[in-house]
Amino acid sequence: MPDVIRNRRIETDSFLRVESLDGVAPDADVLVPLALLATQRDVLQARSGKLGLWLETADEPVEVAQYLPLLDLVVVHFASFADGRGHSIARLLRERHGFRGEIRAVGDVFKETLFYLSRCGFDAFVLRPGESVEEALKGFDVFSEAYQASVERPSPLFRRRQAAVSKGLPA
Amino acid sequence: MYQYDEIDQRIVDERVAQFRDQTRRFLAGQISEDDFRPLRLQNGLYIQRHAPMLRVAIPYGVLASRQLRKLAHIARAYDRGTGHFSTRQNIQFNWPQLEQVPDILAELATVQMHAIQTSGNCVRNTTTDHFAGVAADELIDPRVYCELIRQWSTFHPEFAFLPRKFKIAVNGALEDRAATWVHDIGLHAVRADDGEIGFRVIVGGGLGRTPMIGTVVREFLPWRHLLTYLEAILRVYNRYGRRDNKHKARIKILVKAMTPERFQREVEAEWAQLQDGPNTVVEEELARIEARMLRPRYENLPDGAPAELQRALQEERAFRRWHERNVHAHQVPGYASVVLSLKATGRAPGDATAEQMDAVADLADRYGFGEIRVSHEQNLILPDIRQADLPELHAQLKALGFATPNIGLLTNIISCPGGDFCSLANARSIPVAQAIQQRFDDLDRLYDIGELDLNISGCMNACGHHHVGNIGILGVDKHGSEFYQITIGGSQAPARLGRVIGPSLGHEEVPDAIEALIGVYLEARLHAEERFVDVVERLGLEPFRERVYAQPEAEVLYA
Ligand code: HEM
Ligand code: SF4
Repeated sequence: MPDVIRNRRIETDSFLRVESLDGVAPDADVLVPLALLATQRDVLQARSGKLGLWLETADEPVEVAQYLPLLDLVVVHFASFADGRGHSIARLLRERHGFRGEIRAVGDVFKETLFYLSRCGFDAFVLRPGESVEEALKGFDVFSEAYQASVERPSPLFRRRQAAVSKGLPA
Repeated sequence: MYQYDEIDQRIVDERVAQFRDQTRRFLAGQISEDDFRPLRLQNGLYIQRHAPMLRVAIPYGVLASRQLRKLAHIARAYDRGTGHFSTRQNIQFNWPQLEQVPDILAELATVQMHAIQTSGNCVRNTTTDHFAGVAADELIDPRVYCELIRQWSTFHPEFAFLPRKFKIAVNGALEDRAATWVHDIGLHAVRADDGEIGFRVIVGGGLGRTPMIGTVVREFLPWRHLLTYLEAILRVYNRYGRRDNKHKARIKILVKAMTPERFQREVEAEWAQLQDGPNTVVEEELARIEARMLRPRYENLPDGAPAELQRALQEERAFRRWHERNVHAHQVPGYASVVLSLKATGRAPGDATAEQMDAVADLADRYGFGEIRVSHEQNLILPDIRQADLPELHAQLKALGFATPNIGLLTNIISCPGGDFCSLANARSIPVAQAIQQRFDDLDRLYDIGELDLNISGCMNACGHHHVGNIGILGVDKHGSEFYQITIGGSQAPARLGRVIGPSLGHEEVPDAIEALIGVYLEARLHAEERFVDVVERLGLEPFRERVYAQPEAEVLYA
C-alpha cells in the first residue's frame, strides 16, 4: 500500500492487503476482504497485528457492523470518484454504527474529492497514482465553511450561524 | 429575495477561486479532459454543439434588477448578446469561451449569483411557483423553504455524486405552477388544520425518456423535519439507485423497481434514525432567512380596478387582451403581476437580448420593487405592479416586443434549444416553434382557440416538457433526417402524460398537423370554455389521429 494522507500529513502505511492468512506473520497489520472476516473471525481476532477491512462501494454497512469492534481500519475502495455510495457508507459507519477507527478512501481519490470525503467521515486517503500530494492537501481548505451537518462538524451551519456571523469571520 | 450574509458570499467566492484554479490546471494540461468534465459540469459548463454552454442558476426564479443587468452584461461581454431562459429557472449562455468562464463566475458572485450544481449528478437548482409570494391563491410562500433547501443542497458532502441528477420543486399555492408531479421530489406546502405548516412529499416523477407521474410518500411532513426527510430519501436513492445504466438511474426508476410501497418503507426506516437529529430545522433559521428576504414595501391601495385601468380596459382592445392573458391576480390589493412574453413570433422561445434584459431591469425599478421572476414557461414576470400603472407599462412592453398577449395560448410555446445548439438533439426545435407561431399569428384566431400549452423537445430527454404539453412535439431521428412525433392530451396540472397520435411527421408537415388538431377541436367543442385538452379527454385520440393522417402529405409516411 502506498503512502497515506492522515491528519493532513503523509504517513507510511503498515497494512498489508491479503486474501488469506497463509504465510502472514501474526503480528503483521492486515487488510482483509469481508469474506475472510466472516469465515475466520476468531483467527483474525486472536492475532496481535492490526486488522483492517476492505470494502467496495456496493457493500452494506449493516453487514459490517458486527465486526467493527475488531477493526482498526475500514478501507472503502472507489472504482470511480463519482460513486457516491462510498460517502454514505462512511457516514453510516460513523454516525449510525459509532465506528471510531480509521476510515480510508482509496482508488479514484484526488484533490477535488477530499472536501466531500472528509466531511463524510473519511480521515485517511490514498491518492490515485500521479497526483501531487502537495496540491491535493490544499483540497481540504478550498472552502472555509459548509452548510450541512457532517461527521467533521455535527452541527449544521444554521445552528451555528448567529455565533459564526457575530464572531466577524473574514469576509 | 434572499440577501447573502458574509458566509454565503464567502462560499460562492471560494467556489469561483476553486474553478479558476481547476480551469488553469486544465488549460495547463495538469488535469485531463476526463477529469475536468465532472468539475466543469458541477459549475454548469457543458461542451455542446458549437461552443461551451454555461448554465447559471436563478434560485427559485427570483432576480433583482441589478442581477438581471449583470446577466445582460455577461451576454454582451462574454456571449453574442443573448441569453436563453430555460424551463428550470436557469439562464443559459451559448457562446462563452472556456478561458473566460472563471471571470463570468466572478462577475456573477458580485451580485450573489452562481452556477453551482446547475448540472452534474447532484441536487440541482430548486424551482418553485413563479408567482411565489404574490399569487392570490397562495397558501404559504415557499421561498423561505427553497432557500433552506438551496443551502442544504449546496456542496452536500454525501449527495454530491448521486446516480443521476436530482431536481426538487416546491409549490405553495392551490394551483401547481411548479410541475411538482414530474420532479424527483415535489413538495406541496400545506397548512394543517391546527395551522402548522408542512409538506406533501411526492417522489419519483420525471420526464425524459421514461416519463412518470410521482408518488406521494407522505401526506404531511411538518416543516421541522423537511431536511432530515430529504436526507432519508436521498440516502436511499444514493445507495440503491442504479449506477450501471444512466438511462435507468433516475429515482423514478428506483421507486418503480422497488415499488412505491417498499421505497416508502425504506425511506421511513432511514428517517426513523435521522428524525430529530441536528438537521432538524429550527424556527430561528426560518426567521433568519425571512429577515434576509427583501420584501416589497407595498402601498396601501384601494381594492378594485383604478380609473386608469378601467378606462384602458374599455377603450383599448389590445390592452384588454393583454390584461386578460398576461396579467395575474396579486395577493395585495391594488397590485398585479405581469407576464412578459418571450414568445413573440419569429424569436427563439426563452431568448432575451442584453438590451431587453436591461430594459426589463429598468421597468422593474421604475414600476415595481426592482424584482423580476423567471417562469418555467420561459417567460419573465414583473411581480409587483400597481394596477394603475398597467396601461403605461403595457405601452412600454409593447415597444420592447414583450407584450404579445399569448400567455396560456398556443403560441406561448415551451421549447428546448434543440438541434441548433444541443449536441444530444435528434432534431431542431426552434424552427418548428417558429413555423407554428407563424401559422397561428392571427390573434383573433389564437383567442378563439383558447387555452392550450404546446411544448417542444428536440429529443427524448424532454427538456421542453413535451409530455405535459396539451400538444407535445418530440424530435426523432429517422434514417438521419429530422422527424417529429406528436402527442396530445398531456397536462401539467393536473399532471397527465400525452399520448402519441401516430407515426412521426416531417418538418414541413408539423404546422399542418397542428392545424388539423385544432380543426377537430374547434368543430367538436361544446362551448367556448371547453378547452382543447378537455376535448381530447372526452373524445380520445381517434378523431384527431384520423384528421392528421388524412392529409395527403402525411400519408406518404405510412409507406
Ligand atoms: C443544451 C444543453 C442541454 C443538455 C445537454 C441537456 C441534457 C438533458 C438530459 C440528458 C436530460 C435527461 C435526463 C434524464 O432523464 O436522466 C435533460 C432533461 C431535462 N432538461 Fe435538459 N439539457 C439541455 C438544455 C436544457 C434546457 C435549455 C432546458 C430548459 C429549456 C432544460 C431543461 C430540462 C428539463 C426540464 C429536463 C426534464 C426532464 C427531467 O429532468 O426529468 N435542459 N436535459
Ligand atoms: S430535449 Fe434533447 S435536444 Fe432538447 S435540449 Fe434537451 S437534450 Fe437537447
